[in-house]
Amino acid sequence: MNSWFKSGSPWVWLSAGGVSISLISVLGLLWLIASRGLSYFWPAQIVQFEMLDEHGVKSVVIGEIYDRESIPTEQLAHTTIKLDPNQETVERLLIKTGNRELVSLDFRWLLVPQIIKQSTPENLVVIERRTNGNFYGVIETLKLDGEVVELSQLTVLLERVEYFQEQIDDLQKADIGAINYQLERLRLKERKHLLDDSLTIDLSQGITEETNTLKAQYTQLEKKLMALRHEIARDQLTVRAMDGQVVTINFEDVLAVTFNNQLSTFDKVGLFFSQIGGFIVDDPREANTEGGVFPAIFGTVLMVLLMTVIVSPFGVIAAIYLHEYAGNNALTKLLRISVINLAGVPSIVYGVFGLGFFVYMVGGSLDQLFYSETLPSPTFGTPGVMWSAITLAILTLPVVIVSTEEGLSRIPSAMRHGSLALGATKAETLWRIILPIASPAIMTGIILAIARAAGEVAPLMLVGVVKMAPNLPLDGNFPFLHLDRKFMHLGFHIYDVGFQSPNVEAARPLVYATAFLLITIIVALNMTAVSIRNKLREKYKMLEH
Amino acid sequence: MITVTPNALSDSPNKMDLTNIPPEQIALDIKGLNLYYADKQALHDITMSIPKGQVTAFIGPSGCGKSTLLRCINRMNDLVDICKVTGEINLHGENIYGSQIDVAALRRKVGMVFQRPNPFPKSIYENVVYGVRIAGEKNRRNLDDIVEKSLRSAALWNEVKDRLHESALGLSGGQQQRLVIARAIAIEPEVLLLDEPTSALDPISTLTIEELINDLKKQFTVVIVTHNMQQAARVSDQTAFMYMGELIEYSDTNTLFTTPLKKKTEDYITGRYG
Repeated sequence: MNSWFKSGSPWVWLSAGGVSISLISVLGLLWLIASRGLSYFWPAQIVQFEMLDEHGVKSVVIGEIYDRESIPTEQLAHTTIKLDPNQETVERLLIKTGNRELVSLDFRWLLVPQIIKQSTPENLVVIERRTNGNFYGVIETLKLDGEVVELSQLTVLLERVEYFQEQIDDLQKADIGAINYQLERLRLKERKHLLDDSLTIDLSQGITEETNTLKAQYTQLEKKLMALRHEIARDQLTVRAMDGQVVTINFEDVLAVTFNNQLSTFDKVGLFFSQIGGFIVDDPREANTEGGVFPAIFGTVLMVLLMTVIVSPFGVIAAIYLHEYAGNNALTKLLRISVINLAGVPSIVYGVFGLGFFVYMVGGSLDQLFYSETLPSPTFGTPGVMWSAITLAILTLPVVIVSTEEGLSRIPSAMRHGSLALGATKAETLWRIILPIASPAIMTGIILAIARAAGEVAPLMLVGVVKMAPNLPLDGNFPFLHLDRKFMHLGFHIYDVGFQSPNVEAARPLVYATAFLLITIIVALNMTAVSIRNKLREKYKMLEH
Repeated sequence: MITVTPNALSDSPNKMDLTNIPPEQIALDIKGLNLYYADKQALHDITMSIPKGQVTAFIGPSGCGKSTLLRCINRMNDLVDICKVTGEINLHGENIYGSQIDVAALRRKVGMVFQRPNPFPKSIYENVVYGVRIAGEKNRRNLDDIVEKSLRSAALWNEVKDRLHESALGLSGGQQQRLVIARAIAIEPEVLLLDEPTSALDPISTLTIEELINDLKKQFTVVIVTHNMQQAARVSDQTAFMYMGELIEYSDTNTLFTTPLKKKTEDYITGRYG
């Protein structure tokens, strides 16, 4: 035994065990999130249950099986439900029944002993809608342009609706949005001149004329929009729900109609991927519980990139000063310790600081200096994507400074001496020799900064993230990048959907899916940075002496 | 006494009176130089004149201050915070420790090659033109000419002419050291300081570099620090023997190795210590 300890193998086993535990936890986490999240997109069977309840009443339930669990029989003992007393547990199913206009709850528990018959008829359909969630049932009639048509015309109808819907979206977002934006700018221009006392009659007339032209355009577009809406409203379908009620649904509301029980595995795979695609590129609906997360993806990536652009130069410059220029004295040591300790400050504190200093002080002053025409409604004096990026840049600054300094101190002095001996000044040596060689270390700092910033949510809630942003921070209106706008963020989206939504049960798979997406994006951002670093490393590889 | 063949490679052992060189033939004039690391004195009152266009070697046991003295000549000691220098080193009659001196300009006139080859992690071409670019040369054709001329002078051109734009780190140790020499002579200094340039190299590379040094003195004044007495004997015209921060003996190489005046010098070159 003693010799076994001396041989060192217990320590090998111990460290191998440590590594295995870490690996297993990471892989387990990824597996859990991925499986829970991705299964949300897999088209489930629509099942029809025939039930007989304790009062002898028969009923039909149609929906997707969402979950299955066992509960102790005692839990149901006080009810009138009759169960086999010999069994300790009874199984129950969670069914997503949708049809929100008929029943207020999307979900329903069914006790397995009460199910008489369970089947999957092929004519059952799930209708995905813009409002009120899914509808499950059987299609009764289809109306195309007010005329009743055959069921086989469904694809034609859906294509027609999609065509009109796209036109409506284009009109609303691009054309009408641009006119609104221009009108707002004209109004601000007028107000600015008013405040400056420089509003001449000519100027005022010009502005009025422009406004009128724009308003005329607006009215025209509005008419076009109404016409399209009217067109689309003529298409309807009627569906019979599980309790026999017939409901009329406008095609305007319909996103997809799927006969899940008729799908082959191949169709299901196709639908699975198109659902994932939709999740990534679509806007959220229904208080974020349905639809996609595109604005959140966009906001997360944009904010992280902005943060990187801000933190890298400042971090590198600070590190260069500390390492190359600052004297080796107590003050420098104090500075260095402070920088390292900054990394330990809780992130919410940075959020509070960002709100107080950047948003209210800096932003407020900016508004008074440059955007006085919009006051009292603030431009930069309110949380926005720029303040978020700056706040996170400060949060991640220590990481960049520390790793850059480490990189600088790893460079052999022979490199500096070689350059200085050729008549280069210290600044030239830094710029031409030291910084390129230190660039992999700088990239390491940036990688760590990105990893930290992309996962941070708490400070962002104070300085710019919102549950639902009406516009992306990047659009077609000059100046294209709107740094003052609020934005959506995947991390906050997870919190919002998982804990703040009206329908937590429905949103749970969405939480996993969003979490999986967030991990994927952070990994992708990191891998990009890592590959840049590896290229740099290859280029500035030191020859081992 | 060890057997050395003085000046085996140098053209002529032109003897000169080192205490009384005509001023126009002096490259460097060191007067009363003292150097302190904090409280510790590392160089004691060094006075010597280094003649133009010749190879002068500094020899002595480890820690005798020969490298320190060499580093004083292009003020590399400035990089050591605790280092303090008194006395003068005159280049063209101008004290390089004077207050008006631009250190970067001085280092362009007094080039230096270090013990270990230290090419920059750039291409061979970029290594050679580094100092020239710093000095402000931008013309591509001039740069090309300088690269070829310097690499030819450093006896490296034939080996690397086909891969000028590959990384300098792919060269062998001896090639790297010649590249570093080419880099130093590309800016056409007046004085070239070599700090034990062959101590990290194999014997064949050492021989190549020694031959190179012999060619270099046609264009530059060369000052070399070496551990290796045979090397000093082979390549230098003058030799200075230093011990414990003091200049013990300074004379032409032949005399110093055959008939040293001082007991310490004789002990050292016969291998009694060091």
